[in-house]
Amino acid sequence: MLKNYDELSPIAIDCLQEVGNIGSGNAASSLSAMLSKPVIMHVPKVQVLDYQSVINEMGGPEKVLTAILVTFKGDIKGMMMFLLEDAFAQIVVKTFMGKDNIDVIKMDETDSSAVKEMGNIMAGAYLSALAAMAEFTVAMDPPSLTVDMMGALMSAPMTTLNDVGDKVLFIDDGFKIDNVNVDANIILVPEMESLEILMKKLGVN
Amino acid sequence: MNFTIGIGDLKVCKAPDVLVTYALGSCVGVCLLDPVTHVGGLSHIMLPDSTSAVNASATPMRFADTALPILLKQMESMGASKIRLRAKIAGGATMFATTSDKFNIGERNIAAVKKFLAANNIPIIAQDIGLDYGRTQFFYPETGIMEIRAAAKGNKQF
Repeated sequence: MLKNYDELSPIAIDCLQEVGNIGSGNAASSLSAMLSKPVIMHVPKVQVLDYQSVINEMGGPEKVLTAILVTFKGDIKGMMMFLLEDAFAQIVVKTFMGKDNIDVIKMDETDSSAVKEMGNIMAGAYLSALAAMAEFTVAMDPPSLTVDMMGALMSAPMTTLNDVGDKVLFIDDGFKIDNVNVDANIILVPEMESLEILMKKLGVN
Repeated sequence: MNFTIGIGDLKVCKAPDVLVTYALGSCVGVCLLDPVTHVGGLSHIMLPDSTSAVNASATPMRFADTALPILLKQMESMGASKIRLRAKIAGGATMFATTSDKFNIGERNIAAVKKFLAANNIPIIAQDIGLDYGRTQFFYPETGIMEIRAAAKGNKQF
């Protein structure tokens, strides 16, 4: 039985990388369709990192980011958190609400639900890539959105699941919307048991 | 000197050194001070209870029930007296609005910290806990001041 993500073999990581590629592609097309803007996805990079490294990688514990958190259940269970820089919320709110230069941390309910919905669509695109590859059924819970310090946001994936270790799957996933670079990162925390089932299903030991 | 306490870690120092832990979310930062010797300690509590966790023995500093006894011991060996200790605590927020009870770790952390402090007769003289935002916590054993910095709310002293 797997105890920590760093016990994953290189082949297993490759496999998750492929899930990441397909997921990103799906997410880019849904985003592009919703925003009616060209979206170019960079090739995502999947890494197994501990929490502290994730926080450092993203600019330190006090860096303020937009987080969209989705938990999922079904054949596999776990949690997915999108971490996005201000540019993402700016573009979404500009597109749907026609507002420029909003203060992201003080977004009102309407603006924040638009951003949340975009995150939800992207999470859905990712999870359906995963589900399609493994022929799984996965159901998402309603998303929640918080804009706050990175360290504080990370406390959710760090503490919510009992059987995960210190590591997460960290997907570095930048994209360009209408030629504006948006740094996006995805923290994927499947329960260990689910990850084993997934690996088995994909033919990786 | 400024000491930074990482997630699920703790540190003890003597004035004029300063202790800081960044961006507490559902975690709770526990500051203890002996006002006579000015020995201070800060513990960044990640989870309430080690007994239900896997591999807890390798990381005792993460859990309220195992970290706080270590903090007390380290403070005493630096010259603090347990009967003089006072506590100031911060954090334990609920970072995401959801109905799932899996997300009430913040509340459970606060409860576990309070239970330990009460059992050891250590009074909590200031707190900035709960609600829904992250907090960076500075602790100055020189003055006993706990300073809290939050992203959209500026600084506050306790």
